[in-house]
Amino acid sequence: MSKLVITDLHVTVDTEDGPKEILKGVTLTINDGETHAIMGPNGSGKSTLAYSIAGHPKYTITGGSVTLDGQDVLSLSVDERARAGLFLAMQYPVEVPGVSVSNFLRTAKTAIDGEAPKLRTWVKDVNAALEQLNLDPTFGTRNVNEGFSGGEKKRHEIAQLELLDPKVAVLDETDSGLDIDALKIVSEGVNRFRAREGKGVLLITHYTRILRYIEPDHVHVFVDGKVAASGGKELADELEANGYDKYLSKAASV
Amino acid sequence: MTVTTDSVRSALEQAPLDKVESHLHPAGSYDVADHLVPTGREEIWRFTPLKRLKGLHADAPLDGRNTRATWNAPEGAKVGVVTGDEATSLRGVSGWAPNTRFTARILAEVPATLLVDVPADTEVSEPIVIDVDGTDADVTSGAHVVLRFGTHSKAVVVLNHTGSAAVAAVVEVVVADGADASVVSIQDWADDAVHLSHHQARVGRDASYKHAAISFGGDVVRMDANVTYDGPGGSAELLGLYFADAGQHIEHRIFADHTAPRTKSHAVYKGALQGEKAHTVWVGNVLIRKVAEGIETYEENRNLVLTDGCQADSIPNLEIETGEIEGAGHASATARFDDEQLFYLQARGISEKEAQRLVVHGFFNDLIRKVGVPSIEERLLATVEAELAKNVLKELS
Repeated sequence: MSKLVITDLHVTVDTEDGPKEILKGVTLTINDGETHAIMGPNGSGKSTLAYSIAGHPKYTITGGSVTLDGQDVLSLSVDERARAGLFLAMQYPVEVPGVSVSNFLRTAKTAIDGEAPKLRTWVKDVNAALEQLNLDPTFGTRNVNEGFSGGEKKRHEIAQLELLDPKVAVLDETDSGLDIDALKIVSEGVNRFRAREGKGVLLITHYTRILRYIEPDHVHVFVDGKVAASGGKELADELEANGYDKYLSKAASV
Repeated sequence: MTVTTDSVRSALEQAPLDKVESHLHPAGSYDVADHLVPTGREEIWRFTPLKRLKGLHADAPLDGRNTRATWNAPEGAKVGVVTGDEATSLRGVSGWAPNTRFTARILAEVPATLLVDVPADTEVSEPIVIDVDGTDADVTSGAHVVLRFGTHSKAVVVLNHTGSAAVAAVVEVVVADGADASVVSIQDWADDAVHLSHHQARVGRDASYKHAAISFGGDVVRMDANVTYDGPGGSAELLGLYFADAGQHIEHRIFADHTAPRTKSHAVYKGALQGEKAHTVWVGNVLIRKVAEGIETYEENRNLVLTDGCQADSIPNLEIETGEIEGAGHASATARFDDEQLFYLQARGISEKEAQRLVVHGFFNDLIRKVGVPSIEERLLATVEAELAKNVLKELS
C-alpha cells in the first residue's frame, strides 16, 4: 500500500520581512500505484511542496496535514520520513566531500531497512542500478555529487530511488538541465520504479517534455501556492499549447 | 654554547638571500641571549597560552627525564642517539638559525641528538617509527632530533608521541637532492601534556618532502613546521590534521620559505573542534623571495566546528617579493555542519548523528589518504571515530 494524502497544507518561509506564505492550502491525494504530475510556472511553490513533504528545516508548516498510509508524516523527522517510505529526488543534489557513493548508498540502505544489506546481492544490485542508468562502475568510488555533471547528479538520484525502494517518490524537477538522452535514461529508471507493485510518484516539473516518457495518471496545475486545476494527461497537452497564462491571470485577479 | 661549525656557516652562506624584514619570521641567532622571553604580545606568540607552557618558552629546565624513546630500525636506516662533537655538528644542520628562545636553548643546552640517517640511494620500505612516551607532565625536557635523508633515498619517519610530558623539541630535517622523504608527527598525548616543537626542513634540488602533523591529544600542542629550499625543483607537501576537545589548545604554524626557483609548496591543514574552550590556531606563512622565480604555492586550512564554545583561528599570510611565479593561492574556511548536507543524508533515511559522523569522516578522509602510510591511515580513521564518540555520537547507542 502507498497512499499519500495532502490536506489543506499551508507553509511559510522566513524572509527578512518576516514569514512569507508559500503554500496556501494544497490538497492532493496520490493513491496506490498512481503517478501525479504537478506543473507550474517558476515561483508557484512546486519545490516548496516537495521539500515540505520531505521535512526541510527551512519551511514551517502552519496548517494542514500530510499522511502516508494513514501515518502523520509532519510529526516525523526528516530521516524518519525517509524510513517511513518517502523519497525526494532533489533538483540540486548536495555534495558530500569525502563520502563515497558506495558508502553512502550502503549507509542509506542499512538505515532504511534497519539492517545491513547482504553483501553479495547488494554489490550486484548496486552495479546493476548504476549500469542501467549508464553510470560507470567506478562511480561508486567517487564522492557523493562532488564533481558530478548535471546529468550524473540526476541519474544518481534515480539510482538511489531504485535501490532504496520507497513507497512514494517525489521527483523535484528531475528533468531540468537534462539533454534528451539523459532524460530518456532517467525516465526509464522512473518507469522501472513505477512498474513495481503499488508505487506512488509525484512528478514536479516545469516542462511537459518529461511527460512524453513518463505518462501520468493525473496532472495538476500549480499556481500561487495551490492546485489551480486538475485533470488527466490531456491537461498537459493543453499547457503545452497554451502555457500557464490562463491560470496566472486568474490567480492575479483573485 | 654557541654553535658556529663550518658546515652551518657554509650552509648559510651558500645562497646569499636578500634580507626580508618581516615580523612573521624574526631573524635567527644561535645566541640564547638574543632571544628575549616572550611576553605573549609578539606576533608569533600572540595566540599561545604561555602560562600553560610550564616555562618551556622561557627558562624551564630542559634536562628533565620525562620521556622514553624507543624505535625500530628497518633495514637500510640507522637510528640512534649521538652526543659530543657529533651532536654539536648537527646543530643547525637544516641550515637554519633559531628564531625563538626555546629553539636556541635546545640547540645550546641539550647535549644529545636523536639521529635518523637514511644513506644515499637507499630505499627503506618499512616506516621508521620512533615512539616517544611521556612519563611525567610535571617535569620539563628538551629534545633535538635530526632526520637526514641522503641523495636519492626514500623513507618514511614516524614520530609518535604518547603519554604525559612537558617537552620542547627541535626536529631538523635534511632532504638531500633527489630524495623522497616523509615525516609524520603524531601528537596523541595524554590530556595534561605540553608540547612545543619546531620542525625545520631543508629540501634539496628536485627532492620531495612530505610533512604530516597530526594532533589529537595534549593540553597545549604547538608545532611550527618550516621549510626552506636548497636548490631548484624541490617540493614540499605540508599536511595537518587536528581534533581539539574541550580546553585543548592546538596550534599549527607553517612557514614555506621559497628560497630557490621553481620550488613548490602545498599545504592542507584540516581540523575539527568540539567542547567548551577548544581552541585551534593555524597560521600559514608563505614567503616567495626575489630569487624564487617560477614557484608554485597553495595553502589551505579548513575547520569544522562541531559544538558551541570553540574557537578556531585561521590566518594565511602570503608575502611575495617577485612577480615571476607560476601560481600562488590560499584558502581558509571555518564552518559548522552544513545543514544542506545533513538534510540530503537524512532524506535518505540516515539519522542526524550518523549523518554528522559521515560528514566528519568525509571531511578528513581525503587528507588521511594523502598521508600515504597505510598503518597510520587505519589508526587515524579509528582516532577520528573515537573523537566523534566524545560528542557527536554520544547519544548513539
